[in-house]
Amino acid sequence: MATTFEVNGRTVEVEVEPRMTLADCLREVLRLTGTHLGCEHGVCGACTVLVDGEAVRSCLILAVQAEGRSVTTIEGLSSDDELTPLQQSFRKHHALQCGFCTPGMITTAHALLSEEPDCDADRVREVLSGNICRCTGYISIVEAVLDARSAYRKGDGKTEGKPG
Amino acid sequence: MKLPAFEYACPTTLAEAVTLLAAHDGEAKAIAGGQSLVPMLAFRIASPSLLVDLRKLPGLDAIRIDDSGVRLGAMVRWRDILDDARLVRAHPLLVAAVRHVAHYQIRNRGTVGGSIAHADPAAEMPGIVVACDAEIAVTGKAGARVIPANEFFVGALTTTLAPDEIITEIRLPAWPAGRRFGFEEFALRRGDFAIAAAAVFYDQDSAGGAANAHVGVIGVGDRPARLAPVEAVLNGARVDADVIARAAAATSAAVEPPEDIHASAAYRRSLVGTMVERALLAAAA
Repeated sequence: MATTFEVNGRTVEVEVEPRMTLADCLREVLRLTGTHLGCEHGVCGACTVLVDGEAVRSCLILAVQAEGRSVTTIEGLSSDDELTPLQQSFRKHHALQCGFCTPGMITTAHALLSEEPDCDADRVREVLSGNICRCTGYISIVEAVLDARSAYRKGDGKTEGKPG
Repeated sequence: MKLPAFEYACPTTLAEAVTLLAAHDGEAKAIAGGQSLVPMLAFRIASPSLLVDLRKLPGLDAIRIDDSGVRLGAMVRWRDILDDARLVRAHPLLVAAVRHVAHYQIRNRGTVGGSIAHADPAAEMPGIVVACDAEIAVTGKAGARVIPANEFFVGALTTTLAPDEIITEIRLPAWPAGRRFGFEEFALRRGDFAIAAAAVFYDQDSAGGAANAHVGVIGVGDRPARLAPVEAVLNGARVDADVIARAAAATSAAVEPPEDIHASAAYRRSLVGTMVERALLAAAA
């Protein structure tokens, strides 16, 4: 069925089966493969995207349920050649190893810091408990998120001029 | 796994939604936030012919607070509860329990009605509605009815809800100021399902003893339950260390917990006693 929604500031109309998840729609129909699929049943957090600014698991929402909503994927957070302050912080702190979980970590942490730029380490750990890193580099991930807080206190943590 | 094929409808009125469910003779499922149902579809535990999306039904996302208590529209999300500053006073036990519900992303989609309809024995919301003597308002082909929470859950993932019925509202009785309460849960990670949890509250009589004690347990049976033998230990007694120890022992004696890969029955039996003990310590503090 035809469904219209916004992805990274652009309105898209897709023709999908009702059973297609938003995650599969992003990856297979819209070719936005930055959103990763790990468990496909809502446990690992790798597929986290923002829907109207809120972090959700894109494997647990149907594409047809995104109708009229504004979806932001990892691709929508930064411009092509410039990393966001949060992404820079991940690089600085070596907060990724294989990188599979990283898009979900970044989108989740972006949603958290956008709403709670003064959150403490305990809050970061609680929120990221819904995202699994099988390289188990959690300590550096928490440090990267904490270090990025200052950018969100000043602005919204995005690179300039990019919608999302 | 990818989801099985199904038809999809997104009605704009409750009557239309009920008609769609009724017309499919048990083969249709209502979907609210989908945070329990979509995993069920992914595992092919559920494979309905039709999903009836409730997202466009008006008026199901309100939180109403008045002298009769707290009424949660079925589509109220966990996030909405935690964001509503009024509830910290209007129903602190609800807020304490919802802090344990699922992970950050799930809380942005998951709904109270969906959780109740799913009826996971280790989920917090079914435990709270049973512990608090809540009522579940539903509407189906035969009209609207109100089901007491202690009659709503039949077993694991099984409720008295008819295939054509939709939960519209959860009604929690008013929470008097000064009520003592505690909520304690043990899970492998914060946000995971409880291995065992306890929700307790009591009022105080003129002599300083506990009155109207409610002790609810989660994760130690095929459905949440209140434990009358434990409440009997508390009612009329001053909640001190001795009474709390007796309540914890009575809890472990009153449950028949299941065994699974996370915990043996014996471990759960011991753990739920500890949960009640800690919840009572918090309540009495």
